[in-house]
Amino acid sequence: MKKNRQLAQDELLNLLKTLVETPGPSGSESTIRATVLANIKDFADEIQTDALGNLIARKGTRKEGGKRVMVSAHMDEIGLMITHVDDNGFARFLPIGGINALTCLGGRVLFMNGTRGVIGVERLEGTNIPTLDKLFIDTGATSREDSKVGVGDVCGFERPFLDLGQRLVAKSMDNRVSAAVAIAALHALPENPNEVYFVFSVQEEVGIRGAITAAYGVDPEIGMALDVTRTGDTPKSAKMEVSLGKGPAIKVRDSSFIADPRIVEWMIREAKAQNIPYQMEVLEAGGTDGRAMQLTRAGVPTGCLSLGCRYIHSPSEMIDRSDLVNAIALLVGLLSKPIILD
Amino acid sequence: MTLNLKQHLKDLISAPGVSAYEDPVREIIAKAWKPYADQFLTTNLGSLCAFQFGTGDAPRPLVMIDAHMDAIGMMVTGIEDGFLRFTQIGGVDPRILPGQMVTVHGTLAGRHDLPGMVVMPAPFLLPPEAGSGPLDMKYLLVDLGLRPEEVARLVRVGDVISFAQQPMELDGETLAGHTLDNRASVAALTVCLETLSRQQHLWDVVAVAAAQEEVGGIGAATDPVKLKPTFAIVIDVTFASGPGSNGWRCSELGKGLPLTWGINDHPALYRALVNTAEEYDIPISREPAPSGSGTDAFDLQVVEGGIPVVEINIPLRYMHTPVEIVALKDIRRAGRLMAAFISDLPLDFMTTIQWE
Amino acid sequence: MAKNKKDTQKYVPVMGEEELALLTKLSNALAVSGEEQEVRAIVKDEVTPFADSVETDTLGNLLVTRHGTAEKRLRVMIAAHMDEVGFMLVDDEGNGIFEFRVVGGVDERQLAGKSIMVGRDHVPGVIGAKAIHLTTPDERKQTLRADQLRVDLGPGGSGKAKVGDRGTFATHLQVIGPSLRGKALDDRLGVFNLIQLVKHAPANVDLLAAFTVQEEVGLRGARVAAYSFNPQIGIAMDSTPAHDLPHFDGESNERYNTRLDGGPAIYLMDGATIGDRRLVNWLVETAQAEGIPWQFRQPNLGGTDAGAIHKTRAGVPSVSVSVPQRYLHSAAGLVRIDDCVNTLRLMWHALARLDASILLRQEN
Repeated sequence: MKKNRQLAQDELLNLLKTLVETPGPSGSESTIRATVLANIKDFADEIQTDALGNLIARKGTRKEGGKRVMVSAHMDEIGLMITHVDDNGFARFLPIGGINALTCLGGRVLFMNGTRGVIGVERLEGTNIPTLDKLFIDTGATSREDSKVGVGDVCGFERPFLDLGQRLVAKSMDNRVSAAVAIAALHALPENPNEVYFVFSVQEEVGIRGAITAAYGVDPEIGMALDVTRTGDTPKSAKMEVSLGKGPAIKVRDSSFIADPRIVEWMIREAKAQNIPYQMEVLEAGGTDGRAMQLTRAGVPTGCLSLGCRYIHSPSEMIDRSDLVNAIALLVGLLSKPIILD
Repeated sequence: MTLNLKQHLKDLISAPGVSAYEDPVREIIAKAWKPYADQFLTTNLGSLCAFQFGTGDAPRPLVMIDAHMDAIGMMVTGIEDGFLRFTQIGGVDPRILPGQMVTVHGTLAGRHDLPGMVVMPAPFLLPPEAGSGPLDMKYLLVDLGLRPEEVARLVRVGDVISFAQQPMELDGETLAGHTLDNRASVAALTVCLETLSRQQHLWDVVAVAAAQEEVGGIGAATDPVKLKPTFAIVIDVTFASGPGSNGWRCSELGKGLPLTWGINDHPALYRALVNTAEEYDIPISREPAPSGSGTDAFDLQVVEGGIPVVEINIPLRYMHTPVEIVALKDIRRAGRLMAAFISDLPLDFMTTIQWE
Repeated sequence: MAKNKKDTQKYVPVMGEEELALLTKLSNALAVSGEEQEVRAIVKDEVTPFADSVETDTLGNLLVTRHGTAEKRLRVMIAAHMDEVGFMLVDDEGNGIFEFRVVGGVDERQLAGKSIMVGRDHVPGVIGAKAIHLTTPDERKQTLRADQLRVDLGPGGSGKAKVGDRGTFATHLQVIGPSLRGKALDDRLGVFNLIQLVKHAPANVDLLAAFTVQEEVGLRGARVAAYSFNPQIGIAMDSTPAHDLPHFDGESNERYNTRLDGGPAIYLMDGATIGDRRLVNWLVETAQAEGIPWQFRQPNLGGTDAGAIHKTRAGVPSVSVSVPQRYLHSAAGLVRIDDCVNTLRLMWHALARLDASILLRQEN
């Protein structure tokens, strides 16, 4: 097995900053894939990219008492794809993943080719929430001819990473913060009997697609998704028991799958053994790579380690620093020993 | 028949087993099937498979008979002042929930099954958007009758909630209760296994009490990869005509078994099953399912290279409420139809299962 | 003449096995407004050995008298209603399916998907609901009304019941931790407590115990019972809502009405009666003197038999005391055992220290 080391706090924050600021909506993951690769290549035993672009990094080989585990953190983010540029250079678009019009108004975007723009909206009748077809992107072009982007060009939202101290804010904390967790865990994982596949999956936001093929290829015995989840700790929010700063969340279910109860119990045991604060998560919405892993081949017992995140799918998603650190510790703890599910 | 069907069915519906949390009912089923099974297997996601080997020369083809064992239910999403907030597992119409008795399976201080009731807060405790009509599930609560400290000690977010309605024997040899969808079909599998154990059959048979059908056919999508059946028969419940339910999707209670005809069902298999029913005088009818049947058949059919499937339905009133009603006669018929069909299968049966 | 009277020195009520068995019988009995026979029979059995007279009047009220022995005794009428809300079968559609209508104030949202029982033989049945798969999202926003639902006794069940039969939820009383959960606790708790008062009545009052009918459909039994008894004081023992659940948005709950664990609820004013201040103060003073937890029921709508009693003949000073209960008029209500026992304690001690001069006070 390759070497292992802990990432220091400032290294971790720098890694997170780099990850969240890298563009990479579903289907356009090459840049983010390269960034991840650069950060893991000295610590993985074997790295492959599959047909859909999933980055699959193996650490360890399966020994007596060990299991083949797939840890999946999707590296794609939500974004927009241009469907039409009009005569005056304004671009219409289709959403890539779940986009809320309210979070677009006045937003700034960065295209994969480096072009930048802002999102405008047609006049609104009354106080109705506009539908996405009423929005457009203005890159400053004055005509279709001098527009530097055209049909098919892809952009993500653009906001710089913000360190508020205990809380960290950026676009694409969903799911680059989980990619950071996976990278840090891959770095820190000591010698152990398990064969762990850290998968940085693609196209989760458009239907959990990358994880389907990655899981078929890896053929794991246990699946563990890493993703963000909603919190219920802001004014008159939808009811949700997870809050920032109370520890990583152990997912019991979301609307795409029910976590295997044995996996849930295993995660609780490890958190208690390490004295890591944790929260139980029941999300009445949302989906993660867990679903794809569970349905692979003859079925895979699967769970998910979540980070609470405020304002998901807005350009200013917020997580808690201690939750991030605790999630890494919990994941490393889970993977570095024989796994016994009762 | 030595099996006491009524008692077996009551035992089945009295065991908790919400989707993904099927352990208690799996144990009951394994116990009931033990006398008729040569070998057991539990799949990765929890489906119980019982093999009854045939007498034909090896390698023998395998018929899979599938009935999902999981129940719809609810799950705790929050605890406020000793009251529980919850969400559904599987399809629950919130309109049947106020005043409904439930069991909360607490796990925080060991396993405790706690009696509770779903309750509606008074209107002034709700935001205006809750309205005066049926309350959305997010506004409902479960009251355990215990003081808040005790609830906090015993229950946590993620704990599962089952319906607690006791089985009731109604007139006309019918049984009412919760989770007859789909334990009635599991009971039909028991009847089939019991009947087959007294008969010769060339084919291998595997009875599958499938997991997690109510949340998306999860067992059905993965079990065949393990079992590799030659073809499959799926048993599920269907709508019985009754108050509020009439028309082409409904069949009469106690008057026979609808067989599904639609995109999920192989027409040659369907015809073979109809022939058997006619030969053994078991009343059947055709249930049209133009775009899919909403059962395990939907998922089984497209696993790997595809599996021929046919479906047998048991009429049931008030589906997905705690007062579902089935006729015991229909369960017996379903079990016997399967047993008759299977015991008559020649080893080269699949050569007749072709498309025109 | 009464055959035996318990020693009434000091009565300490408990909820033991015997008491629970009686309460269970009462709660599980079927007695919808208009046909209170089953409960009347149970009450009659219990009180006859202790009463000076037991009569059934023209509406079906059970009028029970137990005389005191003190010199200046007041005639105190206490009413507890025997009837419960439920439904009546109105049309036989064949094959065990019946159309029905509710009797008394049942929130229609409580009806769908429940187990029920009908008639003297408690024939089991269900009120079903259409499968969710056959409904549309728009449909699910509409309440399933009583005229759309049906009672289903199973195929062949038509022979077991007929139009005019009454029925209700098939809930059985259960002890759960500190609580009791069951149907018709409004007002079988009051009936139970009144039975105990008859058995242990203090000597300084003439106790006129009215086990009334048809309270749920307009306080009808109490009206004629009060006329017949012609009491000097009227007290209704009923049950009242506790809306002590959390507010959805965490705001403070200012309309809770009463709270569980708060003790017996003394009424100041409801929709039918302004309680006589002298009687209210008498009850509060008793509770304080005896260390019994108590609460005021928030002034609110609603009504008890006192509404009919206080307007009888030339008027009767009246007050109501209730056991706080969650989820009245549903398949099961929830009360604390302590609240039931404390309500009985309060009533007994209040009667025991009732001074005939109370009506001479001027406190209104």
